[in-house]
Amino acid sequence: MALVCCENLTIGYEGVPVVGNLGFQIEPGDCLYIVGENGSGKSTLVKTILGLMKAIGGTITFDESVNRFGIGYLPQINNNQKNFPASVLEVVLSGCLNKKGLTPTFNKADKELVATNLEKLNILDLRNKCFAELSGGQKRRVLLARALCSMEKLLILDEPLAGLDPKAQMEFYKTLEDLNEKERMTIVVVSHDLQNALKYGKHVLHLAGDVTFWGGVAEYKNNALGAYFSGGVRYDG
Amino acid sequence: MMDEIMEMFSYPFIVRAVVVGVMVSLCASLLGVNLVLKRYANIGDGLSHVGFGALSIALSLNALPAMTKYFRIEPLPFTIVMVVLLAFLILRISENSKINSDSAIALVSTASFTIGVMFISMTTGMNTDVCNTLFGTILAMSKRDVYLSVVLSAVVLFLYIFFYHKIFAITFDENFARATGIRVNIYNMLLALLTAFTIVLGMRIMGSLLISSIVVIPALSSMRLFKTYKLVIVSSAVLSVVCFLVGITISYMNKTPTGASVVAVNLTVFFLVSATAYFKRSILR
Ligand SMILES: Nc1ncnc2c1ncn2[C@@H]1O[C@H](COP(=O)(O)OP(=O)(O)O)[C@@H](O)[C@H]1O
Ligand SMILES: [Mg+2]
Repeated sequence: MALVCCENLTIGYEGVPVVGNLGFQIEPGDCLYIVGENGSGKSTLVKTILGLMKAIGGTITFDESVNRFGIGYLPQINNNQKNFPASVLEVVLSGCLNKKGLTPTFNKADKELVATNLEKLNILDLRNKCFAELSGGQKRRVLLARALCSMEKLLILDEPLAGLDPKAQMEFYKTLEDLNEKERMTIVVVSHDLQNALKYGKHVLHLAGDVTFWGGVAEYKNNALGAYFSGGVRYDG
Repeated sequence: MMDEIMEMFSYPFIVRAVVVGVMVSLCASLLGVNLVLKRYANIGDGLSHVGFGALSIALSLNALPAMTKYFRIEPLPFTIVMVVLLAFLILRISENSKINSDSAIALVSTASFTIGVMFISMTTGMNTDVCNTLFGTILAMSKRDVYLSVVLSAVVLFLYIFFYHKIFAITFDENFARATGIRVNIYNMLLALLTAFTIVLGMRIMGSLLISSIVVIPALSSMRLFKTYKLVIVSSAVLSVVCFLVGITISYMNKTPTGASVVAVNLTVFFLVSATAYFKRSILR
């Protein structure tokens, strides 16, 4: 049974569609890359799946196991947090909040979960640093740690690689691959980078106006749309 | 100096003003951190204009001969209710329509101010009551007002501390909070409600023209001093209370208006902190 199943989905703002008639599924253990140009509706799709905005038409069905608390989210970087005074620990702890109900304080288990996730992402030594003063790559890792604290199954990342240098990008891809393969997490990544999407992903969802493609990576390479967009690029394996 | 301070506290009206002032300074400085970080600092100023409008309506109606005979509007409770209602109205306007929050605040606050001014000009005209509403007075607090203020600010402090982590989450990243199932709209409403209470309670002493400065300035000073959320919150609270106590003492000794004196102390601290930060940076470079 798919974790998330979208049928005939039309998304957009105030009744004006950005993308129409989307159909795709996210299977347990999947690693789905959502690709497309700027403005093609990738973030809009992510926000609709997360329930931050309403779909114009169609349905999204969630598996029982993905209750509202089962989706971890790494938002597209926003400038509001530029001068925000907060330590890494404070930011990551806030990922535990959704399980707390009305309890006003964090307990030992929450703090251990935070430490585990910081450790997993190799940023335990940053825990007392000011979030706003970290590098782009470090910030992304901190926000990923926060997302890991909030989720049980499914992780959605909106352009986690934007603005990172090539080395940091590679490390981030590796981290995502590890989470997918070793921790068996289902991962959805929004990205611009088609080549690495095809290298690290299992499925691809390509948004391009009226035409969309959803399917396995191998299939995508043989598909007309895929051939068009990746035209001239050679793949190893 | 010590004698003068002792003498100052022998006046019951000053003790009342100090008690209420300290509580309100605490509330305002805590909420101020979140409002500044959410880029919502204008709401303090907007609500103080609403407060002016409501208070003017109450005072001018009470001055009508026909009114005094039969019944009287209690100014403080009436103002609290009106400001809370309009705080929610501002939230709704900015959430549900194309008018953004800045414009929503401007719209509601100028409208309330206008209505207040109209009421005044049609009844009492400019008098000391109006001046006191604008610039504040420590004489305004009746015993009943003090009880109400203390209870309400205690409620504000309790709710703020109880929901501390949630308020952090919706301030740091509203979308993430919403996506992971936190009821962001409810906590935004809570923030508006607490701000409304704080503004009205502080308005009597600080004046409606100046109350929003004790919301904003301690937060700004603290953000120059500290880099973690908790330290900024604590520092904002401490600075605010200290500045209030120093300010009200100065105002007593030099016969200056309380509100303006407190704001002057706050501004001095802000200036000192900024200068220190600036020199530290240029030396380190
Ligand atoms: N808040 C908004 N209101 C109206 N239109 C929007 C809003 N945000 C984005 N859009 C439009 O929706 C389209 C898709 O945007 P988005 O999903 O952010 O693209 P992507 O993430 O793929 O770059 C764009 O054409 C953009 O102009
Ligand atoms: Mg986007």
